[in-house]
Amino acid sequence: MNQRNPSISKGIDWRLIWLYFLISGIGITAIFGATFVEGDDVITSFLTFRTDYSKQFIFFILSVIIGVFILVTDSKFFAATANLWYAFGILLLLLVFPFHTEIKGTESIIRIGGFQFQPAEFCKIPVCLALAKYLSLNETDFSKTKSQLIAAGIAILPALMAILQKETGLALVYFSFFLVMYREGLPSLILVIGFSVAALVVLTLLLEKNTLAIILTVFAGLTVYNMRRQIRRNKGILINIILIWALCVGIQRFGVPFIFKSVLQNHQVERIYSTIGKEVPIEYLKGIEESDMAGKPRLNTADYNVKQSKIAIGSGRLLGRGLLKGTQTRYDFVPEQRTDFIFCTIGEGFGFVGSMVLILVYLSLLFLIITIAERQRSTFSRVYAYGVAGVLFFHIGINLAMTIGLAPVIGIPLPFVSYGGTSLVTFSILLFILVRLDADRQMVIR
Amino acid sequence: MSVFNQSRSYIVRLIFILTFIIISIQLFNLQVLSSKYKQLALDNAVFPKRVFPPRGIIYDRLNRPILNNTIMFDLMVTPTQIRGVDTSYLCRLLEIDTAEFKKRVVTSIIRNGRYRPSVFEGLLSPAKHARLEENMWRFSNGFYLQERPVRTYPYNVAAQILGYIGEVDSGIIARSNNYYIPGDYVGRNGLESFYEEILRGQRGIQYLIKDNKNRLVGRYENGEFDTAAVAGRNLRTYIDVELQQLAEKMMANKVGAIVAIEPKTGGILAMVSGPNFNPNDLTGSDKQKNFARLQLDVSAPLLNRAIKGQYPPGSTFKPIGALVALEEGVITPSFGYPCSGAYYGCNRPVRCTHAGGGHAANLRLSIANSCNAYYTHIFRLTIDNPKYRNVKVGYAKWKDYMNAFGLGTRLGIDLPSEDKANIPDTNRYNTVYRGSWSSCTNLTLGIGQDMMTTTPLQLANAICIIANKGYYYTPHFVKKIDDETEEDTIMNPFRVKNEILTHIPDAAFEEVISGMQDVVERGTARSAAIPGINVAAKTGTAENYRIIERKRVQLKDNSVFVCFAPRENPKIAIAVIVENAGYGGTWAGPISSILMEKFLNDTLRPERVKKVEEIANANLMPSYLKRLQYIEDSIRAFKWYEMTSDSSYIKNYVMKHTSIPVSLPTGEQWPPVFEWEAILPKEKYFKNQPFT
Repeated sequence: MNQRNPSISKGIDWRLIWLYFLISGIGITAIFGATFVEGDDVITSFLTFRTDYSKQFIFFILSVIIGVFILVTDSKFFAATANLWYAFGILLLLLVFPFHTEIKGTESIIRIGGFQFQPAEFCKIPVCLALAKYLSLNETDFSKTKSQLIAAGIAILPALMAILQKETGLALVYFSFFLVMYREGLPSLILVIGFSVAALVVLTLLLEKNTLAIILTVFAGLTVYNMRRQIRRNKGILINIILIWALCVGIQRFGVPFIFKSVLQNHQVERIYSTIGKEVPIEYLKGIEESDMAGKPRLNTADYNVKQSKIAIGSGRLLGRGLLKGTQTRYDFVPEQRTDFIFCTIGEGFGFVGSMVLILVYLSLLFLIITIAERQRSTFSRVYAYGVAGVLFFHIGINLAMTIGLAPVIGIPLPFVSYGGTSLVTFSILLFILVRLDADRQMVIR
Repeated sequence: MSVFNQSRSYIVRLIFILTFIIISIQLFNLQVLSSKYKQLALDNAVFPKRVFPPRGIIYDRLNRPILNNTIMFDLMVTPTQIRGVDTSYLCRLLEIDTAEFKKRVVTSIIRNGRYRPSVFEGLLSPAKHARLEENMWRFSNGFYLQERPVRTYPYNVAAQILGYIGEVDSGIIARSNNYYIPGDYVGRNGLESFYEEILRGQRGIQYLIKDNKNRLVGRYENGEFDTAAVAGRNLRTYIDVELQQLAEKMMANKVGAIVAIEPKTGGILAMVSGPNFNPNDLTGSDKQKNFARLQLDVSAPLLNRAIKGQYPPGSTFKPIGALVALEEGVITPSFGYPCSGAYYGCNRPVRCTHAGGGHAANLRLSIANSCNAYYTHIFRLTIDNPKYRNVKVGYAKWKDYMNAFGLGTRLGIDLPSEDKANIPDTNRYNTVYRGSWSSCTNLTLGIGQDMMTTTPLQLANAICIIANKGYYYTPHFVKKIDDETEEDTIMNPFRVKNEILTHIPDAAFEEVISGMQDVVERGTARSAAIPGINVAAKTGTAENYRIIERKRVQLKDNSVFVCFAPRENPKIAIAVIVENAGYGGTWAGPISSILMEKFLNDTLRPERVKKVEEIANANLMPSYLKRLQYIEDSIRAFKWYEMTSDSSYIKNYVMKHTSIPVSLPTGEQWPPVFEWEAILPKEKYFKNQPFT
């Protein structure tokens, strides 16, 4: 315990704690709404821990206990052991390869007795800590490309291992650490390039390939025409434009098809195409020949989840149908409705108003974290706070967007709300470490 | 370093806000702007179950139910739940093999999915139900018994009158403005069909909740939106069940019809069409089989001959002819005709059963002795009436009389598809005789022959008019609908008194009725007399022609009989036709008389009870039916062979009917034929086939 802070409550930002309690409460209520079976005795089931909502409640209690332990730990401890945690996390991820149990198509889960553990989920904490540690080192100059590459490497290593464990959704989460790096000085150009590539990929999927190639060529031609004076002065600009044009067409003609044919699995391809509302081209589906599909209706099974999810949320209308009154979630029309699609229960039961309340609560949590981040004296705490904000933002944004059909179905949970012990405990630890670091915001932690 | 990139925190915040705004817009779009999702969710989860109320019951005149509701059982199966069931034992109880068992399970999965229950065996016979009920605990995984309301006929009578219920077809659905949906049951014939809207009641809807596997899991909103079903209303009829039973018993193994009407009300007391069938055959598990059997029977048991059979009335027409002649003033009651055994007024003589002796010395005698010459003569007098100048005008006038008597028109009974039979109009004769015809051409109309036909119902109704001395009520079965309201207009036509013939003076009716009474007391219907009751009657022996195998063949005469009693206060009027039975007084007469006695006295004298048995045991089925049935069945067998190459039916028929070897179209050698070459359309079924 820190001598200068005799009481553990000293310096703690209670707003953060209350928001945490509020969102977790909403989560348990939503799980209750999704899984309650008519005729169950609520009190008994809470005490016997057989139902999902009581299990979630247990994990919540467990998270709070872990949180208290974190709050009584010295804040320097986290900075000091950050690299150790990172090594430990990578070790766990490596252990997954020989010791995993295959569950629902993923190979990322280790099973010990009746207990399931997903290192890829847990590893967010070590990455967050390690990144904070690296960026707060005195010898780190983040304006240098080398440092930027090392920082990116810290975040991407676990992501690559998650991809190898067929957990693409969780792997994507690690890209949220680019938000931290952006805050710490990653050139804006990288962000612009990132968005441009993303836009190009989306356009590739939406438009016919020759059409897009013509559009790109015309666009390049117009740019050349507009910049003809500068080009006359500097031939390098022309070469740059031609290179960019070639790169874009290359991505569009070869890059995207390569990823869809060779990297992504069938269900992922289907989910992506289902989001943009188009039929999957046969050449992207592995193990399926043109002749197999002749004359058969193309059923996109990925559609079902999202369709049912949209029906559930849409049927809530303005004020919702009331807790336990929504037929979509009560009668299991939405698959995975207690875990990844938990937002359906809220959308159906509490309507637009309820959904907006949850979204505003999340937004205030994120803003609070950013505010907290900016008031830190130590870089370690600030980077860590941005890491937490990035991870939470990515989870919330992708999860909500997927349930309402704006993003492809990526199986990642809604923080503090989705059913699942690992997820709740991981997010709680992330948050409580932040609370602990923030309590010592006047200190410089390295 | 902490302030180094601080401005970027605002960009991060901006990214957060923009993302959340996009999500909120989509949420607003889904939840507030778009209203279809609510409906889609209801379609997903709410199943509007149609609740069918019990159909109305049909009672006879003494409130005995002729048509009632009962419960039968369906054996239901839920394929996913079949676990640890002793399949072979279940098969044994149901008398099926395991292959059939598998087939049925697969069929129900295809039809209804594996999570929802489907009918494994519908409408279990009472024996199977009893066996299963005892052993149901063995099959409780996956099987259960479900109640199903069906119609039942406690007295086993009145099949053709009551009709049956069956699934709706597309025509009925269209006509009902989509009130019905496929799978609904609806009255398909008889009273069930005519009073469908009364009997069916008001359908209710129960909103049930189904889950993602289409299982029903409960009531939607505790039944707040449910509409209650209103039970069908009962019908109280004029039918006398005992009279109906007796009439059906006597019509056994006969082709023909019986109609008994209460003249004062037009209420039908009994209506039988022969051959008959047990209405309970068309409910229960063998329904399809029995229906097919009845439909393929060439004697047409499904046909209600009482309203659809067209018969020449023969001599039973004479009282009507007399009334028309009297009203037209061409004769008086004392008018006589010197009949010497035939009518020679035209080229061909019309034979009479009597000769001389003044048997047609006046109207009354002419009816009692049924003088053909007298009635052909007065028919000619009627249509050659000088006041109409032209035979065609005279004939048209005569036809109007016939229509007024309800002949040659639909009476409007409360049964569907009544036939109007035939009173030919002048156009018809113009066409047939190319415009040149006279009263000599169709003079046998006067004795109920020529092109004239009537249905037994029309004949009975005409007798009611005579009994009532000029008026009638449209014949109908239903006396009263339970809880009848102002809106029920269906009964209105039956409560209107038709007084179209009351202008004929009562004296004329009295004269004719006296003649008819003489028929029973001294004439051709002495067998129909009932001690202590004045019966008025008329026999008829109508020539019976039928086209069989493209030839017009004269068959044995139809036995026709009409009567009513008591003369002073008519309570029952009957028309009976027995095809191929000979004299009216031999079969139709006793049948009518027994029915009158039963109805008026409520009991039968012992000798009459014996007579009932005698009639019931007589088989008067025309012999040509057997031959016709054979032709039909064998043609069907060959068509079946052509379609499916399954020769078992052919073998069946050939085996049954042949004795000389023959090579079949199947290439097999069979012991064959003495007559099938003649019967089967050879050119069609034996093309280029060796046929020894």
